[in-house]
Amino acid sequence: MSIAELRGQFPFYATANPCHYLDNAATSQIHRQALTAMAGQESCRANVHRSPYRLAEASSHAYGEARAQVARFVNAAAADEVVFTSGATAALNLVAYSFGETLQAGDEVLISAAEHHSNFVPWLRLRQRTGIRLRVLPLLPDGRIATASLAEMVTERCRLIAVTHCSNVTGAVTDVHAVVAAARAVGAKVLLDGAQQVQHGPVDVQKLGADFYAFSSHKCFGPTGVGVLWTRGGVLERLPPFLTGGGMVGLVSLETLSFASPPARFEAGTPPVAQAVGLGAAAAWMMTLPWAEVHRVESALLARLLDGLATFPTVRLIGPADLEARLPIVSFEVRGIHPHDVCQVLGEREVALRGGNHCAQPLFAALGSAGATRASIALYNDAADVDALLDGLEHALKVLS
Amino acid sequence: MSATVYQQAIKTLAEAAHGSGRLEDPDGTSRLDNPLCGDRIDLAVRLAGDAVSAVGHETRACLLCRAAASLVGLTAPGRSPGEMADAAAALEGMLTSAAVLPPAWQALEVFAPVAAYPSRHGCVLLPFQALQAALATAAGKR
Repeated sequence: MSIAELRGQFPFYATANPCHYLDNAATSQIHRQALTAMAGQESCRANVHRSPYRLAEASSHAYGEARAQVARFVNAAAADEVVFTSGATAALNLVAYSFGETLQAGDEVLISAAEHHSNFVPWLRLRQRTGIRLRVLPLLPDGRIATASLAEMVTERCRLIAVTHCSNVTGAVTDVHAVVAAARAVGAKVLLDGAQQVQHGPVDVQKLGADFYAFSSHKCFGPTGVGVLWTRGGVLERLPPFLTGGGMVGLVSLETLSFASPPARFEAGTPPVAQAVGLGAAAAWMMTLPWAEVHRVESALLARLLDGLATFPTVRLIGPADLEARLPIVSFEVRGIHPHDVCQVLGEREVALRGGNHCAQPLFAALGSAGATRASIALYNDAADVDALLDGLEHALKVLS
Repeated sequence: MSATVYQQAIKTLAEAAHGSGRLEDPDGTSRLDNPLCGDRIDLAVRLAGDAVSAVGHETRACLLCRAAASLVGLTAPGRSPGEMADAAAALEGMLTSAAVLPPAWQALEVFAPVAAYPSRHGCVLLPFQALQAALATAAGKR
C-alpha cells in the first residue's frame, strides 16, 4: 500500500491545506473508518446497557463490538479484559487509585525517569496518600531505561513496576522482557504505558506478559476522548473501583454496597460510546495493515531524519542515535535556540512539530536538558515531510541566529 | 508570519538582555515557570520611594520571553508598580483581544504579531507577570 493510498484514507489529507504533520506522538490524524463509525453511532444513538428497545440494544451491541475489536487489537484473552476510559491518563490513574488502594505504607512502586507525567504524577499522589515508597529506574545517556538496574531496585517490597512501553520523548522501546522477569521474581505486577507504542501496530499483551496495558485512541488513528486499560484476566476482579456512580454497582442501599464485575465496575456513568466505536473501527483497520512493510517505511524515514539532523553541528539528539529498539519519535536540541522558537519558525513553513519538555520533566532533568523539539513520524508521512523539516531547520537557524 | 514575529526589533531586544543578571539586596523576588515549555525566569526588584529603581532577571527561555524580559528590564526602572501593572494589562489586552495600546506603552507594539499565536502569549507575558509577583513580595515586606 502506497503512502498516497494511505493518505487517501485520512480526511486530513483531503483538506485544503494539509501540513507536514510530524506531531503524531501528541495526536495522530483520525482514520476515515473511525470517523464514519463515530458519526453513524452518534446519528442514531441511545444509551448502553439500559433499555430493551431496538436503538438501545443496537448501541449496546456496537459498544460491545468495539470492546471486542480492541481486545483483538491487543490480543487479549477475553473482551472483558478491556476497560474503556477517557484516555491513557485516565487508565493510568485508574491503576494508581484502584491497585494503589491495595497497597500499604512501605510497599514499593518502581517507575522510571523516562515516564510521561501521566505515569509519574499519579504515583507521586499515591505516595502522598498512602506512604508507598516510590523508586525510579535511572536512564542511560541515550535516554533508554537502565534495565540493568532492575536487579538492585526490585526488592521483596516491590508491588508494581509501572513503565512506558516506548518513550514519548526519545522513542526508545523498553526491554519489557527484563521488566516482567524482574517483577515476576518478587511477585510484583507490571503496568505498561503503551500510549506511543500502539500507533505503530497492534500489540500482543499475552506475549508481553504485563498485567496492565494503557493507551489512548487519539494516538492510534481513533477519536479523542477515549482510551483503554487492558488488564490480565483475574486481576481486575480483585480491585476496588476507581470512579463510582451508575452502571458500576451491584446492590446499593444505605447499608449495602456491592460492585458489578469488571469491566463495568470500572466504567461508571455513561461511557464514551461513539468514541469507543470509533476506536474499535480504527483498531479493526489497523489489524488489516501489512505492518512489516509499514515498519520498513517508517524506519527509512527515521533514518533519513537522523542522518539529516546529524549534519547540523549545533543539533544534539535526545535519544538513541541508532535504529535498534526504537520508534520514529525524534527529539533534539539546537544549541542556543529554544525549541519553541524552532517550532514557531517551522510551523510557519507548515511543518508541525512540538517543543518543550513534552510532559516529561524528570526525563529532561535526568538528561541535563531544558527541553527539545520533537518530530514524530506516523505511517502516512513521507520523505517530503522529513525534508521539509530539515530544510525548515536550516531556515530557522538563519532566522533565529 | 514568523518572519514578522522574529523581527529584528525583537531579536535586538533579546540580545540586549536589559536588566539581566542577579540584583543585590532586592526588595522583592519571584520565580515563575512556564510548565508547557520549561521557560523559567528569576526576577528581583529594588524600589526607591514609589518607583522601581532596579530590576535584575535571570531568564532561561525562548527568544520571545527573553525579549519581553529585556523590555521589562529596560522600562521598569523609574516607573511605579501601578504603571508596570498597566503595562502588563495593556500587553495582555493587545495579545488576547486586540486592544489598542495606550500612548505610554507603544513599546509593547513589537509583540503585536504574537497575538496570532495564543500558545506563545505566555512566553511574552511571563516576565511581566514575574515583575508583578516580585513587586507583590516587595509590597508585602513594607
